[in-house]
Amino acid sequence: MSEAALTIKNLSAGIARGPMLLHGVSLSVAAGEVHGLVGMSGAGKSMVGRCVLGILPAKVAITGGSIRFAGQELVGMAERQRRRIGAGMALIPQDPLSALNPSRRIVSQMTDVMRLRLGISPTEAAARALALLHEVHIRDPQSVLRRYPHELSGGMRQRVLIATAFACEPKLIVADEPTTALDVTVQKQILRLIRDLQRSHGTALLFVTHDLGVVAKICNSVTVLNAGRIVEQAPVAEIFGQPRHPYTRALFAATPRYDQPGGAVG
Amino acid sequence: MITRILSRLLQAIPTLAGVAVLVFVLVRVVPGDPVAMMIPPGADADVVARLYAQYGLDKPILTQFVIWAGQALHGDFGMSISLRQGVTGLIFSRLPATLELVAFAATLAVLLGGALAVFGTRYAGRAGEAVVDGLTGFILSVPDFLWGLAFIVGFGVLLPLFPISGRNDPSYSLGLASDFILTESFLRLRWGVTADILAHMTMPAVALALPLAAMIARVLKSSLAEQMAQDYALLSRVKGFSRWHVIVAEALRNAAIPTVSLTGVQVTFLVGGTVLIEKIFSYPGIGSLAIDAVVNRDLPLIQGLILTFAVLFILINLLLDFSYALLDPRLRHG
Ligand SMILES: Nc1ncnc2c1ncn2[C@@H]1O[C@H](COP(=O)(O)OP(=O)(O)O)[C@@H](O)[C@H]1O
Ligand SMILES: [Mg+2]
Repeated sequence: MSEAALTIKNLSAGIARGPMLLHGVSLSVAAGEVHGLVGMSGAGKSMVGRCVLGILPAKVAITGGSIRFAGQELVGMAERQRRRIGAGMALIPQDPLSALNPSRRIVSQMTDVMRLRLGISPTEAAARALALLHEVHIRDPQSVLRRYPHELSGGMRQRVLIATAFACEPKLIVADEPTTALDVTVQKQILRLIRDLQRSHGTALLFVTHDLGVVAKICNSVTVLNAGRIVEQAPVAEIFGQPRHPYTRALFAATPRYDQPGGAVG
Repeated sequence: MITRILSRLLQAIPTLAGVAVLVFVLVRVVPGDPVAMMIPPGADADVVARLYAQYGLDKPILTQFVIWAGQALHGDFGMSISLRQGVTGLIFSRLPATLELVAFAATLAVLLGGALAVFGTRYAGRAGEAVVDGLTGFILSVPDFLWGLAFIVGFGVLLPLFPISGRNDPSYSLGLASDFILTESFLRLRWGVTADILAHMTMPAVALALPLAAMIARVLKSSLAEQMAQDYALLSRVKGFSRWHVIVAEALRNAAIPTVSLTGVQVTFLVGGTVLIEKIFSYPGIGSLAIDAVVNRDLPLIQGLILTFAVLFILINLLLDFSYALLDPRLRHG
C-alpha cells in the first residue's frame, strides 16, 4: 500500500452532554486512491467527513482519536492553523443547489478560493476557472461563469462544484454522496467525471455513499459504517467477493443491481 | 422596472382616496369643536357664526368634502385653524425634519440590529449569543417613548451629554436654503452645524431606533442561522474562509431577504413613533405638529397630516418592495 494521504485512528465524536455519534472509527485513504465510506442513512458517514474537513456542527465535538493529514495531527489543532492546512483538502457536496450561494455569480464562487489559497489575481483566477470548466465538459463556459446558480441545471451545478474542488490541486477530496441529488442519467456522467479527474490529478478521494453499486464503479477499498461503528473494512474486490458482515449483506440486498468491481462506469 | 413603479403608484391612488374619505368623516364625527378652541368662552354668537362660515363648517359634510377634495387635488389643503397658515406650506416646512430623523433612526436601527445579529451568529451556542438574546429581549420590552424619557433623564439631565430639545442650536443662524438642514449642512461642508444637528437628533433617533434594531437583530439572527446551515456556508469554510467572512460575505445578503419582508412593517411603526418622540423632544417635525393639531381640533391640519403619513407609508412599502429585487438575483432575472 502506498503512503497514506489521510489516516484516521480511533476517532470518536458526539453531541455535548448527548449521545455519541462515532465510536472509534479508523480508516486510511492511500495517496491517489479512492476509499469508499458506505452505510445506511444516519450511519455517521457525513460526520466522518466533517471531522476531517473541520466543519463539525456547533453541538458536535471530537472526543478522542486522531486524524493525520499532510504529516500533521488535525485533532485539537487551533482553528487558524487548521484553516491553513485545509488548503490541501476540498469537498464535493451532496446537494449542488444548496452548496452554491444563490446571490453570487459562478465566477466569484469559483475564484474566491483560488485567490485565497493560491494568492493569484482576479484575472488569473477567472482564466483558471474557465480552463477548469472546460475540463469538466461544460459548454459555453464563458457565459456560465457570469450566471447565477438558479440559471444552471443540477448537473451543471455539480460540474461547477467539482471543478472548484479541483481548483487548488488538493491532496484529498471528500465527496459526500455527490450524485445522490441528481437525475439517474446525470449520475453516471458525474461519477465518471469525478473518477477521470481523480485519476488525472492523482487526488486521494474519500467517497461517501450509501450505494454499493457506486462503490463498485469507483472505489479501491471500502469501509462499511453502521451506527457510528465500523462493521467491515476491505479492498473492494474482497467485499464484493464475499461480504462477511450481515449488515454489509443487507446493504447489498438494498442495492438493486451493481456492476462488478472495476467494471466500466456508465 | 419603471412600469412596475408606475403601476404601484397607480395602485396607491384608490388607497389614498379611501384614507381621505375616512379621515374627513372621522374628524367630523369625533367630539370637539375647532372654533370653540379659538375663541374665549361666552363669545358673541355672531362671531362664532362668522368663524364657522369662514372655515366652511356651516355647510353639510358632503359639500364640505367636495370643496376640500377639489382644492386638495390642486395641492391646497386649506388653512390651519390654529396656526392660520396654509396646511400644505406648513407640512412641507416641517416634513424635512421628520424625514431626516426617520432616515437617521432607520440607519441606526439597521446598523445596530445587523451588528447584534452578526455578533450573535458568530458566537452561536456560546455566551455571546445569550448576551445578544437577553439584550434584544430587554430592548423589546420597553416602548420607544419610554426610552426617550429615560434618555432625557439619563443623558440630558443627570449626565448632560446631549441637548434635550429642538433640532439645532437656535443661538446662531443657519443660513441654509432648504429645510433638510442635516443633509444640506453636510453637503456644504459646514460640519460644525452638522455635528450640532446630529447631537440634537441622537437621543430621539436612538429612542426610535432601539425597538426596530432589536426586532431586526432577532429576525436577522434566526435567518442567518438558517443560512449558516446551508451547504454553501459549509463549503465556504472548507475553502478556508473564517466564520466572520462566511457570515458577512456569504450568508448576510441571503438572510437579509426574509428580514426585510418580516421587519419592513416595523419601519412604518418607526414613522408612527415620531408623533410621541418628537413631542417629547420638542422636535419640530410633522409628528409634534400632529399632536398640536389634535389638541387644537385643527381639522384641516389633521386631515393634511394623516394623508401625509399615508403617503409616507406607501412610499416606504414601495422602497421595501424594490429592495427585494436588489437583494435577490432570482427576482431580478426571473
Ligand atoms: N447538525 C447535527 N447536530 C446534531 N446531530 C447531528 C447533526 N447532523 C447529523 N447528526 C446526527 O449524527 C448522526 C450521523 O449523521 P450523518 O453523519 O449525517 O449520517 P449519514 O451521512 O451517514 O447519513 C445521525 O444520527 C444524525 O442524527
Ligand atoms: Mg450524509
